[in-house]
Amino acid sequence: MPETPSDTLLTMRQISKRFGATHALRNVNFEVKSGQVLALVGENGAGKSTLMKVLSGAHRPDSGEMLLDGNRYAPSGPHDALLSGVCMIYQELNLAPDLSIEDNIMLGREVSNFGLLDRRTQRSRIQEALVTLGHPNLRPETPVRYLSVASQQLVEVARALVFESKIVVFDEPTSSLTRSDVQNLFKVIKQLKEKGLGIIYISHFLEEVQEIGDAYAVLRDGESVGSGSLEGISEEEIVRLMVGRNVQDLFPAVPHTAGESIISISDLTGTKIPRDVNLEIRRGEILGISGLVGSGRTELLRCLYGLNSIRRGEIKVNHVTTHPTPARMIRQGVGIVSEDRKQEGLAQTCSITDNITLSNMSPYAKFGFLNLSQRQQSMRNWMQKLHVKAHSPEQPLIELSGGNQQKVALARVMHQQADVYLFDEPTRGIDVGTKSEIYRLMGELAAQNKAIVFVSSYLTELLAICDRIAVMSRGQLLEVRPRADWTEESLMSVAISGEAI
Amino acid sequence: MSSKETKPSPSESTTEPGALRRFFRRIDFSKGLAQFGVLVLIMLFFSVAEWLVTGRTSFSTSFNIIMMASQASTIAIAALGMTIIIIAGGIDLSVGTAIALCGTVCAWFLREDYGAAVAIPLTLLTGVVCGAVNGMLISFLRVVPFIITLGTMSLFLGIGKLLSGSTTVRPDESSQVPHWLSNFATTSADTTILGLPPGVWTLLAIAVLTYLFLRYSVFSRYIFALGSNESTARLCGINIPLTKIALYALAGFFVGLAGMYQFSELSEGSPTDGVGLELKVIAAVVIGGGSLNGGRGTVQGTLIGSYLIFVIDNGCTKIGLPNHLTDITLGVIIITAVAIDQWRQRRLERS
Repeated sequence: MPETPSDTLLTMRQISKRFGATHALRNVNFEVKSGQVLALVGENGAGKSTLMKVLSGAHRPDSGEMLLDGNRYAPSGPHDALLSGVCMIYQELNLAPDLSIEDNIMLGREVSNFGLLDRRTQRSRIQEALVTLGHPNLRPETPVRYLSVASQQLVEVARALVFESKIVVFDEPTSSLTRSDVQNLFKVIKQLKEKGLGIIYISHFLEEVQEIGDAYAVLRDGESVGSGSLEGISEEEIVRLMVGRNVQDLFPAVPHTAGESIISISDLTGTKIPRDVNLEIRRGEILGISGLVGSGRTELLRCLYGLNSIRRGEIKVNHVTTHPTPARMIRQGVGIVSEDRKQEGLAQTCSITDNITLSNMSPYAKFGFLNLSQRQQSMRNWMQKLHVKAHSPEQPLIELSGGNQQKVALARVMHQQADVYLFDEPTRGIDVGTKSEIYRLMGELAAQNKAIVFVSSYLTELLAICDRIAVMSRGQLLEVRPRADWTEESLMSVAISGEAI
Repeated sequence: MSSKETKPSPSESTTEPGALRRFFRRIDFSKGLAQFGVLVLIMLFFSVAEWLVTGRTSFSTSFNIIMMASQASTIAIAALGMTIIIIAGGIDLSVGTAIALCGTVCAWFLREDYGAAVAIPLTLLTGVVCGAVNGMLISFLRVVPFIITLGTMSLFLGIGKLLSGSTTVRPDESSQVPHWLSNFATTSADTTILGLPPGVWTLLAIAVLTYLFLRYSVFSRYIFALGSNESTARLCGINIPLTKIALYALAGFFVGLAGMYQFSELSEGSPTDGVGLELKVIAAVVIGGGSLNGGRGTVQGTLIGSYLIFVIDNGCTKIGLPNHLTDITLGVIIITAVAIDQWRQRRLERS
C-alpha cells in the first residue's frame, strides 16, 4: 500500500479541445497523486465537464496527452476508461433502478464460468467492497430503487472498488444529499484515499472543497488559472481565481426597506409537510428560508402556490383568504421559480419566448390570437434586460446554458408582473457570475417594493442578501429572525436540532 | 455587456431580403421542406420505375396525382387532429374506429331519412364527443393516453356495431345521399373546382386554418407547453385537465370530418371500416416530423406524410409490386423517417 501521497497517478498534459469556434479547453495541465483528493473548481462553462469527458473517453482531445500510472492512457470510451481504472460518479446517478446492487456493480464485468454467472465470487467481492466502505449492512440482492440517494451513491463507489479503479471522479456528489449523508460520503472518500486511490472532486460548494480536499486546481474559460495545496489558501482567494474578481462584488447590495405585509400564512399544514407554519411575507423584503433538504422548505412554497394540496390552515393575500391554485396565485400576483429547471421549471423544447410568456400572454393576445411580432419585440427587451445570451428569442431553451435558462425562469415571473416572488434554490448549479446577477436582481425587486421568498441550502448567500431568515426543520418553521441575529453555526444548529434557540 | 452597442435586431442589419423571401421565411417553410424533398424524390422514383418496368407513365399523370390527393384526404384530415394531440404529448389509438363510428352515424341518419342537414352536424358532433370522452378519461382517471384510447378504440367499435346492428349501413345513393356528398371526394369532372375535388379543397382550407391556429392562437401555446413539459404548464397556471379535454375534443372534430370523408368515399358506413386506420394516421404525423415525445409537429409535415403513404401505395401498385412489398416499403419509410429525425435532433443538441 502506498504510504506517501507523492507518486503521481494521473497526468493530463497540454490538453486542448475545440468545439467549432470555441476553445473548450486550452492547454490544460492537471495532476492527481495517489491518496490525494484533488478539488477541481471553476464556474459553469469553465471546462470542468469537458475535461472530465476527455478523462472518461467521452471526448477525444485535439491535442495533449494523458498518463495513467506511468502508462500512456487514451480511452476509446467510458467503458474502456472504467476498465483502465478511471471511474466517474456523476451528479445524476447511473444505475438501473430495477437491478440489484450486485447486478448494478457487476454490469459489464460479470464474473462467469462458461456463460453462467459465478454469483458466489461476485458477492464476496462486493461484500468486501461494502465492508471497506463501512457499510456491510447493505445487502447485494436489494434492488437499487429501494435505496436512498446516498446509498445509491455508495453503490457507485463500490463499483469503483470492485473494478479496482485508480482514479475516482466525483461530479457534484453532494448537491442532493443531506448534511449527515455528506459526512458519510466524506468518510467513504477517506477510505478510498487510504487505499491509495486518486480522487477528483468537483463541487460548487467551496466549504466542502476546503473540508475534504488536499489540493485544488482552478479552471477559468478553459484554461488552468491556478493549482496547489489547499492548505493556507482561503475561500476568497479561490473564488477570485474562479471569477477573476473580488468576493465582495459577488453580493451586490441594493438598498431597500421593508413595507407592509402582503401574504400572511397561519397554521399551514400540507399532506405530510409542512406542519403548522405561521409566516408573514412583507413587501420590500428578502425573506430567506433555511433548513436541510426535506425539511419542508420546498413543500411550503408549493403549498403556498397551490402545487401541493393543503390540509389545514389559512393563506391571506392582501388580507383576502385564498385557496391557492397556480392560476389563481398568478392572478393574485404570486410567481414561483422551481428548484428543478429541467423537470419542472422550464419547457426545454419550447422557445425562450414561449417560456417567458407562458404564464401571461394577455399583453399580446386579442380574441385568443397572438401578435407575434409585438411579442418577439418585447422578448428582445427582456433578454437584454436580464442579459440572456441567445441568438434569438425563438431559440429553444435546451440550447441555453444553465445560467441563461435560470434567467429565463426569472424573466417569466417578472414578466407576469408578480408582487411576490417565490425562489426555490434559484442559484443552484449556475456559475458565480450569473449568481451575482441574480442577487442584484433580487435586491432590485425588493427596492421596487416586491416581496421575495428565497429558499436556499447555501448559507453564505442567505446571510449575505436576506433581510430576515426563517429556519425549517422536519416540516416545521421554527424561527424567524433578522439576518444580523443569525450566523452559519446558529442556522445550522437550529436546522439540525429541530429546536428553536 | 460588450454586445450592447450592436443593433437591437441582428436580422435587420443584414441586407434587406426580398419580399418573397421574407414571405417564405415568415410562413416557416423550412420545417416541412425536407419532407417535401423526400416526397418529390419518391414520386420521381416511381415515375421512372414505372416507365422502366411497364413502359407506361400513368403514375405521373395529373389525374393520378389528384386521385392520390383525394384518397389521402380522409387520413390527412384525421392526421391534422392527431398532430395537435401528438404536439400535446398525447396519442389517440381510437381514431380509426372513431372515424368508422362517425361514418356509420352519417350513413344511419341518411338512411333513416333525416337528410344531410341533420346527418352531417351529428357526424361532426359524434367526433367531438368521442374526442371529449378520450380527453375526460385521460384527465380524470390520470391514465396514460395510450391505454385509455386503446380502451376507447374497442368502445367506439362496439357502439358502432350497436348502432348499425353489426352490418353495413347503406343509404340509397340516388334518393337519400345528396349529390355533393357522394361526389365530395371523387375526381369526377362535374364537381371538381379547378381540377380538384371539393374534399381536397376543404382539406387544404382546414390545413391553412390549423396552421394559423398552431402559430397564432394562445391555446396552441398551451398545447406546445403541455407536450414539452406538463409540470411547467401546470406551474404557469394552465388548467391541464381542461386543456386536454379541449384539445382532444378539437381533434375529435377532425375525426368527425374524416368520418364524413370516409362515408363520401364508400357511400356506406360500417363500424369495422376504420380498423387499422389509426396506424396510418399516426404514421402520417410521424413521417411529417411529429415527435411522440410531444412538443413537435407541423401541419405541412403531416400533409406530406399523409400524401406519401398513398404515393407509396399507388406507386408500388403501378410498378406491379405485390401487396406485401407495399407494406414492407411503408414500414421501412416510417422507421427511416423517425431514425433520420432522431439523428438530426441529436446532432442539433450536440452543437
